[in-house]
Amino acid sequence: MKNEILTAFINENTNNSAVCSVDQYDMLNANIKADQLIDLVDGLKNKQGFIYLTDICAAHYPEKVGAEFEVIYHLHNLIENQRVRLKVALAESDINIPTLTVHFVGANWMERETFDFYGVNFVGHPDLRRILNMDDMDYHPLRKQYALEDETRTDKNDTFFGR
Amino acid sequence: MSELIIKSTGQMISTETIDGDIATLNLGPTHPATHGIFQNILKVDGERILSAEPTIGYIHRAFEKLAERRPYNQITPITDRLNYCSSPINNIGWHMTVEKLAGIEVPKRVDYMRVIVMELARIADHLVCNSVIGVDTGALTGFTYMFQEREKIYELYEEICGARLTTNLGRIGGFERDFNDIFHAKLNAFLKEFPVNFEEFDRLLTRNRIFMDRVIGAGPIAAERAVEYSFSGPNLRAAGLDYDVRVMNPYSSYQDFDFSIPVGKDGDTYDRFVVRQEEIRQSLSIIRQALDKMPSGDFHANVPEFYLPPKEEVYRSMESLIYHFKIVMGETTIPAGEVYYSVEGANGELGYYLVSDGGRTPYRLHFRRPCFIYYQAYPEMIVDSVLSDAILTMSSMNVIAGELDA
Repeated sequence: MKNEILTAFINENTNNSAVCSVDQYDMLNANIKADQLIDLVDGLKNKQGFIYLTDICAAHYPEKVGAEFEVIYHLHNLIENQRVRLKVALAESDINIPTLTVHFVGANWMERETFDFYGVNFVGHPDLRRILNMDDMDYHPLRKQYALEDETRTDKNDTFFGR
Repeated sequence: MSELIIKSTGQMISTETIDGDIATLNLGPTHPATHGIFQNILKVDGERILSAEPTIGYIHRAFEKLAERRPYNQITPITDRLNYCSSPINNIGWHMTVEKLAGIEVPKRVDYMRVIVMELARIADHLVCNSVIGVDTGALTGFTYMFQEREKIYELYEEICGARLTTNLGRIGGFERDFNDIFHAKLNAFLKEFPVNFEEFDRLLTRNRIFMDRVIGAGPIAAERAVEYSFSGPNLRAAGLDYDVRVMNPYSSYQDFDFSIPVGKDGDTYDRFVVRQEEIRQSLSIIRQALDKMPSGDFHANVPEFYLPPKEEVYRSMESLIYHFKIVMGETTIPAGEVYYSVEGANGELGYYLVSDGGRTPYRLHFRRPCFIYYQAYPEMIVDSVLSDAILTMSSMNVIAGELDA
């Protein structure tokens, strides 16, 4: 019931371009575009009561050409006890997304972590530096092209173990 | 030039500039007062902190990358090493995440057993935090007594899973074995002795004038600000907001138990201390209720694809051998999908965002680590206070390096 009201709200605020679906765990997923993020989150926070930013993270799907990266936001309405998941797909060639630090100060480190591991550029972030890895690291380690183990090793056959 | 500033809380701060310059002080990475590997570069004017810049990641172990290569049951030992003061909560949170993804229903008895273990872990974690606040104010005595109590909780873990610190406790679907008689005997002894010793510890500090003068007003944060920073757990509740995952989104049958959420007012070190003290009492009450109402039944769900069969069965029956092989080799089929699941960790909302593509390992696993999220408010909380308050603020926020850096 609440999901339907929220779906209507998200559609209204994204000119009906958002793709919303409720998954089998009763969580509302909304796929939106990067340029709609700031206004939509502003509306969700100030009009729909989603005052709590639970989490920001990203995922890498190398086979989805033109939408290789996905930034995932979890917001929580603490009064109605409802969560919503916003997903923004980004192309590897244009991996820019506006920062949420304008709405939530707590987004600062979450975005730094996402930048650190996936190289997502949060436009307008006050201090976008690596946070957990070394500053002089020259790649973003959670991208799928970086294998966990040294690929030059020949003494170990992992065919049956792991990806 | 030096002068003495008297703050509204009655604290006195001396400021001193050397040749008109402010000093830079490296607090950490391995400072004995910070209980873990944290670096803070402080700008200080005498003993007044002007700015702080935390550097983290010293024990980063790439858990999220590791998890993308490990079968689901092999990820449990990784979760041990997040908040290692309360590993069982992390373990059980992870099991419940996988159960949610795979649609596994566990028996009521498992829920109650899990509640007992998780509340024991919460007590152990809060004991460490609160007794260390005592240490940082110069009261070592309480710490030595409370660590004996924590030891008893570790002995209880030992009866359940054989391990003490990094527990790898439970399995997907339930427990590896049922609670044994020694466990029950030890738990009953603990429930009898611990409250007495704990109240003694409480009398030592909570209304102690010296302690109160020391911690009231140290490192405060307002509720609005705490929400903006996505605080959770005792630190958020100390600021005055009663968000507790156990009540908001009850998991593992928490709705069956009667307990209250203590909240503070000012979000300072004293409030954080008192909130944790009260949560320990509530946890004890939950454990007693769970023991009294413990349903009969099996200690694990009937899910042979996820739950290892008994070893003797493996040698005798074909199905058991197949399941054993599939689980050990990580060949269990799991549905594709994505879940976000959170439990109330000792430090706050411990969330697991899991994306599965149906493969043998998670496609993506993200840990929402409460420490990582609230530690970013640390500079704001200590600016304009003194160095010794900064140490207190850090220990009362209970920043655990393992959880911070993942």
